[in-house]
Amino acid sequence: MTDAAPQESAQTALFDWHVEQGARMVNFAGWQMPIQYSSIVQEHNATRNNVTVFDVSHMGRLRFNGDGAAALLDRLLTRSVADMKVGQVRYSLICNHDGGVLDDVLVYHLETPSGTRYFLLVVNASNREKIIQWINAQWPDESTVELCDRTLETSMLAVQGPYALATVDPLVGADVSGMPYFRAKVTDQMNKPCIVSRTGYTGEDGVELIIRKDQTQHVLQNIMASGRQFDISPAGLGARDTLRLESAMPLYGHELDETINPFEAGLDFAVSLNDADGNPREFIGSEVLADMATAGGQRQRIGLVMDGRRAARDGYPVLAGGETVGIVTSGTFSPTLQQPIAMAYVPAELAVTGQELEVDIRGKLVPATVSRLPFYQKPKRT
Amino acid sequence: MNAEELLYCDTHEWVFISDQDGQKLATVGISAFAVEQLTDLVYMELPSVGVAVTAGEEFGEVESVKAVSPLYSPVTGTVTAVNEDLPDNLDTLNTDPYGAGWIMKVAVSDELSDNLLDYVAYQRQCGEAG
Repeated sequence: MTDAAPQESAQTALFDWHVEQGARMVNFAGWQMPIQYSSIVQEHNATRNNVTVFDVSHMGRLRFNGDGAAALLDRLLTRSVADMKVGQVRYSLICNHDGGVLDDVLVYHLETPSGTRYFLLVVNASNREKIIQWINAQWPDESTVELCDRTLETSMLAVQGPYALATVDPLVGADVSGMPYFRAKVTDQMNKPCIVSRTGYTGEDGVELIIRKDQTQHVLQNIMASGRQFDISPAGLGARDTLRLESAMPLYGHELDETINPFEAGLDFAVSLNDADGNPREFIGSEVLADMATAGGQRQRIGLVMDGRRAARDGYPVLAGGETVGIVTSGTFSPTLQQPIAMAYVPAELAVTGQELEVDIRGKLVPATVSRLPFYQKPKRT
Repeated sequence: MNAEELLYCDTHEWVFISDQDGQKLATVGISAFAVEQLTDLVYMELPSVGVAVTAGEEFGEVESVKAVSPLYSPVTGTVTAVNEDLPDNLDTLNTDPYGAGWIMKVAVSDELSDNLLDYVAYQRQCGEAG
């Protein structure tokens, strides 16, 4: 026997391709991922103006089979699952018994071509193992559910930007352009199974594809060929972060964690305390969350905009009248707005659009104004 | 300035030493390798003229969309000039990092550090880093 090799971070099916494209690779949540290929700003702008493709295979993909799947997920998630129609996708949270956020997820209700219905949960890479353990601990005694972690057998690509639909439409056996946002379909790409959804993490229109791992290269090449007329380019985690920040989408570990409740995060829409008939729902954390919903949050997630060019970043103190009142959770120099933007938590009474605050940027107090969120909304296109 | 005639810190600053009436004058900037690694520069904090800087210690910072990076002085001395046009024209660091992209000039008051690398040694370090 030999000693076990030191555990290395996982590679997606596209690792070699990323390196060939000149990507700078970083370790992210146990995966070797491209942070950028050209420059973050170029990739950011290409997503806002044209179309880009992101390898998001690091995201966790958990499949729930069996008659009991809806009931189990209904108990785990803060939004109802049992009433989801086939083809629907919902953004939801998984909370602990204290109402703290364990993860933010997308849940898909899908049907295979042969008519088998199942649910798919897309979870953050950094939380995948924690969530699997959490689910196993909540497992019902008489189980008619089967949980399959499909993360390592599949890949996930996000095609994002104003030309994303035109890029993907000719490739898949589904009418992507005719599909509303937050809908998904099990379809095929070159006769190979593929889940296509109108979802993303950029604030642009877009599509995400889940494919068999051995098909990843083919699908990627087809996307690149189909998108060539729109100047498609790859984009990395750096641009993914600036894009989601402009769109004020929370990132777990920054705007969300187990000490933050959904109402403080401004995610009231992601907590369904009642069912469609107005009756209280029971799910993990529901009692505590119902109390929190009436009591109101102590602190609130806000947006901050600043003049100048220095960004307020994760962990920087937020001040009012010289006193520290909160903390920045994410910040950058916004490539689209050409000014520093940040998200932060401050006491609810200061979470008012137009409120003047200050951020301590490495010892220098810089004025910051509470801004409406999101910072950026995609223009309506006809 | 010719990149091959400069000295470098392992933290990617370059320095050019000239002699003015017996006073050693250092011109300091950051290397093309550093600029390429940073990308998407948005901000640079310059020191004030007249402040003391110390070899190996922070004298300013450069910020990209992604992160903030401190700038370390290659020499000990007093700042005699700073490139005031640079913060508003950070693209100069891409086009001319060893010329118009200079950051500060320092009247050197101490012996040069043994830690400074010549071009060949610095290139070797960048190769290992890259």
